[in-house]
Amino acid sequence: MYNFDVETPGTVADAVAAMGRDEAQALGGGQTLIPTLKQRLASPSVLVSLSRVAEMKGVCTGDDGRLCVGGATTHATVAREATQYPALAAMASHIGDPAVRNRGTIGGSLANNDPSACYPAAVLGSGATIVTNTREIAADDYFQGMFSTALEEGELITEVRFPIPEVANYQKFVQPASRFALVGVFVAKFADGVRVAVTGASEDGVFRWSEAEAALSSEFSASAVGGLAVSGDGMISDLHGTGAYRAHLVGVMTKRAVEAAA
Amino acid sequence: MPKDGGIGASSKRREDVRFLTGAGNYTDDINIHGQAHVAFLRSDIAHGTINSVDTSAAQGMPGVVKIFTGADFEAVGGMPCGWQVTDKHGQPMQEPRHPILAHGKVRHVGEPIAAVVADTLEQARDAAEAIVLDIDELPAVVDMKAAVANNDVKVHDDLTSNLCYDWGFVEENKAATDEAFEKAAHVTTLELVNNRLVANPMEPRVAVGDYARGTDESTLYTTSQNPHVIRLLMGAFVLGIPEHKLRVVAPDVGGGFGTKIFHYQEEAFCTFAAKACNRAVKWTSSRSEAFMSDAHGRDHVTKIELALDGDNNFTAVRTETYANMGAYLSTFAPSIPTWLHGTLMAGNYKTPLIYVNVKAVFTNTVPVDAYRGAGRPEATFQLERVIDKAARELGVDPVELRRQNFITEFPYATPVAVEYDTGDYHATMDKVLELSDRDGFAARRAESEAKGKLRGFGINCFIEACGIAPSNLVGQLGARAGLYESATVRVNATGGLVVMTGSHSHGQGHETAFPQVIADMIGIDESMIEVVHGDTANTPMGMGTYGSRSIAVGGSAMVRATEKIIAKAKKIASHLLEASESDIELKDGAFSVAGTDKSVAWGDVTLAAYVPHNYPLEDIEPGLEETAFYDPSNFTYPAGAYTCEVEVDPATGEVTIERFASADDFGNVVNPMIVEGQVHGGIAQGIGQALLENCSYDENGQLLSASYMDYAMPRADNLPAMDHYVVDHSCQTPCTHNPLGVKGCGEAGAIGSPPTVINAIIDALQSGGHKVDHLDMPATPARVWAAMNT
Repeated sequence: MYNFDVETPGTVADAVAAMGRDEAQALGGGQTLIPTLKQRLASPSVLVSLSRVAEMKGVCTGDDGRLCVGGATTHATVAREATQYPALAAMASHIGDPAVRNRGTIGGSLANNDPSACYPAAVLGSGATIVTNTREIAADDYFQGMFSTALEEGELITEVRFPIPEVANYQKFVQPASRFALVGVFVAKFADGVRVAVTGASEDGVFRWSEAEAALSSEFSASAVGGLAVSGDGMISDLHGTGAYRAHLVGVMTKRAVEAAA
Repeated sequence: MPKDGGIGASSKRREDVRFLTGAGNYTDDINIHGQAHVAFLRSDIAHGTINSVDTSAAQGMPGVVKIFTGADFEAVGGMPCGWQVTDKHGQPMQEPRHPILAHGKVRHVGEPIAAVVADTLEQARDAAEAIVLDIDELPAVVDMKAAVANNDVKVHDDLTSNLCYDWGFVEENKAATDEAFEKAAHVTTLELVNNRLVANPMEPRVAVGDYARGTDESTLYTTSQNPHVIRLLMGAFVLGIPEHKLRVVAPDVGGGFGTKIFHYQEEAFCTFAAKACNRAVKWTSSRSEAFMSDAHGRDHVTKIELALDGDNNFTAVRTETYANMGAYLSTFAPSIPTWLHGTLMAGNYKTPLIYVNVKAVFTNTVPVDAYRGAGRPEATFQLERVIDKAARELGVDPVELRRQNFITEFPYATPVAVEYDTGDYHATMDKVLELSDRDGFAARRAESEAKGKLRGFGINCFIEACGIAPSNLVGQLGARAGLYESATVRVNATGGLVVMTGSHSHGQGHETAFPQVIADMIGIDESMIEVVHGDTANTPMGMGTYGSRSIAVGGSAMVRATEKIIAKAKKIASHLLEASESDIELKDGAFSVAGTDKSVAWGDVTLAAYVPHNYPLEDIEPGLEETAFYDPSNFTYPAGAYTCEVEVDPATGEVTIERFASADDFGNVVNPMIVEGQVHGGIAQGIGQALLENCSYDENGQLLSASYMDYAMPRADNLPAMDHYVVDHSCQTPCTHNPLGVKGCGEAGAIGSPPTVINAIIDALQSGGHKVDHLDMPATPARVWAAMNT
């Protein structure tokens, strides 16, 4: 690591102020950032730790019935406490390992937007709202490609609000080494339609599979998506699988998610 | 009824108390007053000409003690190779110079170019980043066949080609073997890859060099499996330090799997730099450095052919293997694809004619050397895969095809230069079929199919050559070292004793198992015996631990030394008991006179040896300490039969191991619990090779699997539940030529399991109508799915 300062604000306001410092970098659970620092691949001058911002932590139900998760809430807390949204809790309980889940946060995952992370699929698949210190961003507007989001410089995710679907499920096929999603599919059925979000597969990061959404919105069954296929073009191709293989897994994982949810 | 001590008892591993409670003393735990730290600047390209290494900006940076480049090591030796292979034309292998720091050229990603010694590690890293390299990148050669076929890109300009050697074995058998193929009723051919692996011991490599100016003595603390070998190689061949001025200490070592056998540049560097800087110098490998600097394993590309007569008897085996050496010759690299691979090609079978051709190739990759099993897994994989394929082609039961060709009479001289002393291959086959409930497989397959899964049953047999090795034999074969082992047994006045062994424990449990043997021999409690290892200052010259040799060779040396102790103690006892020495019996820790009730306790005899008031000083010296060196007369030949059941998910290609059973013949077993742990671990590593692990380079020589994000290690949930992860060692044909009748168990699991898994996967795919003859390892979901869908 290179040298850096650490700020540990206790409020969102103090955190926002600290982020105004030159070359400041927000630190969530550090599950990506700390290894990056240790490899000397980043050199922020100040780390603004969000783990002591009490108002950014915890799980609750909003007045509108939505599940509200503070931006600095760990995966372990979501797994334990998001009982009104079992599919989300189950998803969180299978991220990484216990050490990762006890440190990693929802805000950190979404701000990083790793193309193989699980949370982007859950947030996009749920049609959740990302709340920052300045505004509210719909999930459909938030994810803008691999490691790219709608967040402005210094903007902090304070909360994520999830509408609760009638049924939902997340199916992850793990990359054997990292155990990130080689392909992960989040399916959520709402009264007004079905959303299907796919992580791990595309070179553009998390995306909605609109054909599957249309088919499932008219008939929520695995057979409804049986004849559908996504193209391997634009899919990630690496040591662990070709684009064609990932495209195939999108279909398989979608069917399994529907079967598990139905 | 289980024994509660001595040979055959599952004594709890006493060393685990310190390992599991944070009280171990690993090399990284060693910090010497005033020590400096080293950061290596490593090549990030695979091949290039070094024009300049400009350290001027780095020199003045905070904390910098001294900066070294390749030019600083021109006067010392290169890294030595411990084995010279002679090619099929009688010529010695091509042996390039292997510098401590790259000089003139870089030849693989990760090769150290410069080293900064500084007060702190961060300062050393800062300064290393300030070194300016001017390197002209050259095309890299990664593919072995291209490296041999095309001489345009040479890894070493001063060699004639990228071919280290072209080895034929046994060259005299070649014509007869070819003729047998002409006459064969059936020939099965298979081309396959034995995937490159990274050993990944839990503890990365560490070296701490220290220098005492007052006595001109150098000390190296290092993560080694064989500190005496490092002392000899580094002292005599690299740095020119006489052994009496050089001490090498390998304290607790957290796993080796072969990759800590070899002498590495970082060891020589820290020893050299400590003297040059007159300060202790420490290096601890990061995991990233480990991936690009620890010797890798396997990496063979092979074509094997099996000839059978009309009755399905094996008549000949012929192989051609390209074996990757990497950019330089690691310490024992040339021996692995030759003498530890070609000599095993008979397997468990009475094939009369065998010809093995191995082309060892230089490429712009990390050097490749021994990894758990070392040559024997590569031999087993190809032989057992081609037999399985032959059975399928001929429509015969793969178990029966193997049984029909088993060697049944011992000793058996193979056509590949080794003589198996003993074995019973039908017994291990019978045992594993019983353990695996093969008869119930059809029902289990039906259950899997009802769930939409394919299920396969894989069988595999294997033979090893362990207990490495008779020195006179390996000397003829090109080894530049002896391969005996040593032990000093020092009995203290009050009866406790210390065994100073040349073997080295880096997880094997010697501190528990070795005392079990002596406890039985003398009839005292194991707790009275302590094992000392790993320090050249207080152990006799020994060759260390690898090749499943510790109990077979090191244990035998210990037995011989203990026999000398007992012989002398009997003389003392006969004096104390005023009886004839021939009438003295040792039993349960007491010496007695046969046919009388006269006896003297072990402790009284040992006390007399050191307080010789009433003592036969005219006949024997005081004291009770003996040393023995044991040089085996043959290898040992553990053998076994393994089975595996897999489920394949046809939708994803995912393979799960549902059942695994092993029946090993290790000869006599000293500590069954330790043996079972070794086999469980070995199988886990073999399953890792079969399903998960793959060290992968791109065509430019960039390491793609350079971290755990891309290099998949086996984890507990990749293995079957313990109920169906059965290891058995009840079939025992004791070794006929060592005093304990032991054969060694450390590598069996890693040798026997990869073909078992692949055979099972092929069986599963075939059951689903997929005409898949072979899958290269690792059988990842993507590969299995692709094989089913092409």
